[in-house]
Amino acid sequence: MRAETDGMTIADPRPATPAAPPERETMVRFEDVRKAFGTVEVLRGITVDVHRGDVTVLVGRSGSGKSTALRCINGLEAINGGRLTVCGRRLHEPGTDLRSLRQDVGIVFQSYNLFPHLTVAQNVMLAPRKVKRLGLSEARELAREVLHKVGLADKAEAYPEQLSGGQQQRVAIARSLAMQPRLILFDEVTSALDPELTGEVLRVIEGLAKAGMTMVLVTHEMGFARSVADQLVFMHKGTVWEKGSRDILRDPATPELRQFVGNGL
Amino acid sequence: MSILGLPLGLTPDQFLFILRGAGWTLVLSLFGFVGGTVLGLPLALARAARKGGLGSWLLRQGAGAYVALVQGIPLPVIMFVVYFGVSIGGFEVPALVAAGIAMTLWSAAYLGEIWRGCIQAVPRTQWEAAECLALTPAQRFVHVILPQAMRVAVPPTVGFLVQIVKNTSYSVVIGFFDLTYSAKVINNATYKPFQVFTIAALIYFLICYPMSVASRRFEARMRRA
Repeated sequence: MRAETDGMTIADPRPATPAAPPERETMVRFEDVRKAFGTVEVLRGITVDVHRGDVTVLVGRSGSGKSTALRCINGLEAINGGRLTVCGRRLHEPGTDLRSLRQDVGIVFQSYNLFPHLTVAQNVMLAPRKVKRLGLSEARELAREVLHKVGLADKAEAYPEQLSGGQQQRVAIARSLAMQPRLILFDEVTSALDPELTGEVLRVIEGLAKAGMTMVLVTHEMGFARSVADQLVFMHKGTVWEKGSRDILRDPATPELRQFVGNGL
Repeated sequence: MSILGLPLGLTPDQFLFILRGAGWTLVLSLFGFVGGTVLGLPLALARAARKGGLGSWLLRQGAGAYVALVQGIPLPVIMFVVYFGVSIGGFEVPALVAAGIAMTLWSAAYLGEIWRGCIQAVPRTQWEAAECLALTPAQRFVHVILPQAMRVAVPPTVGFLVQIVKNTSYSVVIGFFDLTYSAKVINNATYKPFQVFTIAALIYFLICYPMSVASRRFEARMRRA
């Protein structure tokens, strides 16, 4: 594994991580993926694999491209170069069916983005009802189940504005789970929360990890990254600067990661 | 005949005649609002469309040109153009139809702009969240955006109803029998312009004021929510 930047090549000291044995299904494969907004190159050729059942954590400074990389996975951003394969779909080829992709790939946002005019249960049931055409009683059952998973079964009839930020974020996770995705993306989901509320959201994500859900997280919670990551990806200046097991945080190979981890502690 | 003790010097028949005109003012207002809604909603959608190819660009430009055109022409002139334009086409239409069409064309441009603003007031992230749940574009709009836009739209829409009611008075230029026209007729018969038009003014006020109050109430309620 190597990371190339500005003509510089960095050898990764841990070439084969035990967390990613090759026989497991690859859910997401970035191959030299490039993305530019106008003339600003945000992703300058990144190569990463996400395996089924793994928690992949993207860390890095603001502007390093980690959120953009995440948003490429469910087609919110179209890539400009390279190859990106997600759940068997080649996003680099034109004509990808994004709606079918999004039934496989859920996403949870930093700002929750719950629908304020709908109750918690209605938020959760909307897509299963309209997209998967579930009947009302089936959808209710499903909503109960996923809300129970995030510990909010008693809030089904509440409106989002009546909930704390942490509760809203857990509803957003439940809403994503209700579509029974094969992969869930988390885009800085605790950045708007205070430490106490952060904890309750992270515990839910931890539970999903234990249950074997494939997840890709962008986070600034380094302690959390260290405890859940099967694969850790350090992004810097639009490239994958360093990647490996969670141990790379303890023992960085590059001065950039060492400095980043140092600041994070 | 007296109102609030003011001797207005009109017979009950004359007063009823004016009231009949007021009834037609309400009818024309309803035409204007219903027609304006039917035409204004697609205008708002076309103007608020962001994504899409050449087709949606053309739609957006077309809708924008329509709004600019109508907002640049005084309503009485629209009334004339519709009234005489239709008769050039060989159709003889009642003034109510011509006035109704003119009110529709006029109010659609303004309602379309009001609603475009309401649709665009819904945060972009709501579209994105709906998109990420695999909803179709139509489902995103109907189930996520529209209900939120409608809440914002109620106060300015009710407020604009007042404008519709008042502006129906321009239909007097094409001889439509509304409140202003009936008042003019009674004035011609009685030569009491001050009394007659004061009555007309009071009736307009009595129709419009409750709507203004309702609009302010809706706005206050929304600010609390």
